[in-house]
Amino acid sequence: MKIVVCVSHVPDTATKIVVGSDNKTIDANGVTYVLNPYDEIAVEEALKTKEAQGGDVVVVSVGPDNNKESIRKALAMGADSGVLLKDDNYRDSVGVAKALAEEIKAQDAQIVFFGKQSVDYDNSIVGQLTAEMLGYNCVSVAVDLKLDGEKITAEREIEGGREVIETSLPAVITCQKGLNEPRYAALKGIMAAKRKTIEEKDAAVSENSVEILEMKKPAPKEPGKIVGTDSSAVPELVRLLKEEAKVI
Amino acid sequence: MDFNLSEVQNLIRQTVRDFAENEIRPIAAKLDEEEKFSVELTKRMGDLGLFGMHVSEEYGGGGMDILSYVIAVEELARIDGSQAATLAAHNSLGIGPLYYYGTEEQKHKYLPRLCTGEYLWSFGLTEPNAGSDSRGSKTTAVKDGNDWVINGSKIFITNGSADISLGCTVQAVSADNGGDKKFTTIIVENDTPGFTAKTMHGKLMWRGSNTSELYFDNCRVPGENLLGEIGEGSHIMLKTLDNGRLSIGAMGLGCAQGAYELALKYSKERKQFGKPISKFQAIAFKLADMATKIELARNLLYKACWLCQTGQKFSKEAAMAKLYCSEIAKEVADEAVQIHGGYGLMKEFEVERFYRDQRLLQIGEGTSEIQKIVISRHIGC
Repeated sequence: MKIVVCVSHVPDTATKIVVGSDNKTIDANGVTYVLNPYDEIAVEEALKTKEAQGGDVVVVSVGPDNNKESIRKALAMGADSGVLLKDDNYRDSVGVAKALAEEIKAQDAQIVFFGKQSVDYDNSIVGQLTAEMLGYNCVSVAVDLKLDGEKITAEREIEGGREVIETSLPAVITCQKGLNEPRYAALKGIMAAKRKTIEEKDAAVSENSVEILEMKKPAPKEPGKIVGTDSSAVPELVRLLKEEAKVI
Repeated sequence: MDFNLSEVQNLIRQTVRDFAENEIRPIAAKLDEEEKFSVELTKRMGDLGLFGMHVSEEYGGGGMDILSYVIAVEELARIDGSQAATLAAHNSLGIGPLYYYGTEEQKHKYLPRLCTGEYLWSFGLTEPNAGSDSRGSKTTAVKDGNDWVINGSKIFITNGSADISLGCTVQAVSADNGGDKKFTTIIVENDTPGFTAKTMHGKLMWRGSNTSELYFDNCRVPGENLLGEIGEGSHIMLKTLDNGRLSIGAMGLGCAQGAYELALKYSKERKQFGKPISKFQAIAFKLADMATKIELARNLLYKACWLCQTGQKFSKEAAMAKLYCSEIAKEVADEAVQIHGGYGLMKEFEVERFYRDQRLLQIGEGTSEIQKIVISRHIGC
């Protein structure tokens, strides 16, 4: 079975983000980029699928040359080969999905894994868009997955509970925390990854349908208010929650 | 000049950092408190591929360069000195001499098991009355027929008496012609009759690592346990320590980095006089100094690694790196506690452990004073 896992290369969540001088991008200076944490879960699920069913895991990423670092990490975890769809410019979710869909079609993948979102732009839609473009079934935000031949039984998180979905291959799965515990890229895997190939080609480019007008930091949080430290403060707290915060 | 690390080195840093933060940080304080060496955690470090990183794949190693290994030690030390000590001692002092001076037979016999983390190996040099004066050591090895018979004792030996300690490389006096001593290194497996390894307790620091006293009482091993040539012991010891200094340097660097990060984080959270203390110049300047020292230490250590792996002389720079990284670990950990104020004195705060753990670094594997002797000889004093 051909298994594709799509990954993005994102600022480390521990990094302090500074908006760039153009007010439209982040200042990449001093920012460490890593494999998107949700994509690690996707890579793990792809590897588990391969271990259970056999097949080849191909890692695909759209973006500049640096994305190869995250592809290499996925290879170090155990994926078989990589494809970098080169694109040096900002590409919106639709553009990324188009480029990925074209590659996945060429790969003739039966199952495609994504992280449920990338932690840079947080749009949470590239997986679903790609599925739609390919005409594949799609389970988003999966927290459990079972494959039985062509049949897929998956659980996804919904407000206040879980939804069980049955569908079939070919399919796109976007992965949520809890689906698995991603393995470490063992050091031998890192050395072995050096010998695996990353194919580079230009991404299928399309016009962006979204334009970023401005990027700014959210306003700093208002300081909290302490209304008292014992039970005598409860009536005032209730009044404030009701009348000011309007949450009860 | 290119200061960029390779893709592989960056990935190794990322992997070891994730492992240290997720698997070691949650239990480091407990292992320290209980003074407990964890066989399980050691095995997991082995599974990750940390042992024998610089050993060629033929013997079960990782086939990586010295800098990759130093980065791994640095990243462990950033979280916990004890686990970094287990790694540094096993790789540099345990595996190192066997790998560089062992016969093919010896290498195939021991290295594959040592590279998995299944077993540990130690290096017996220091004695109760021979620390900085290593030539004053008294443990003897006498040839009897084809065997070597060893008598004496060793102290402060890392990884010598854990449940998974397989053996040690012992430096012993094999000839003494009126004070002109010849040293020879010999392989002793832990289960050899006449050999006893005893765990030392009551340590100030590295409490999650294994430290031992080794006793040799007519301990008899076969002639083929000779490591290197007869009389080559001093040379083997000096070369082993040159390499070891790089990993102790990495421990100092990682310790400083970890303490600095804790202090920086705390200084942004702690408010006094209505604002985070990081906004006061008195604290900000301390942090600026700490960051600068760490940057200097890293550049010096990595340069020494580069000299080593490009086959150039690195003995002077290794001593400088060991000296400087250890000394700034002390300074940075001290200021990190100062920034934490009263909380820095409590075990509940991680920085307290860093303050204790750094203290070995100016003493172990050649004191700071001995490093200065090495450096001063190199510069022609």
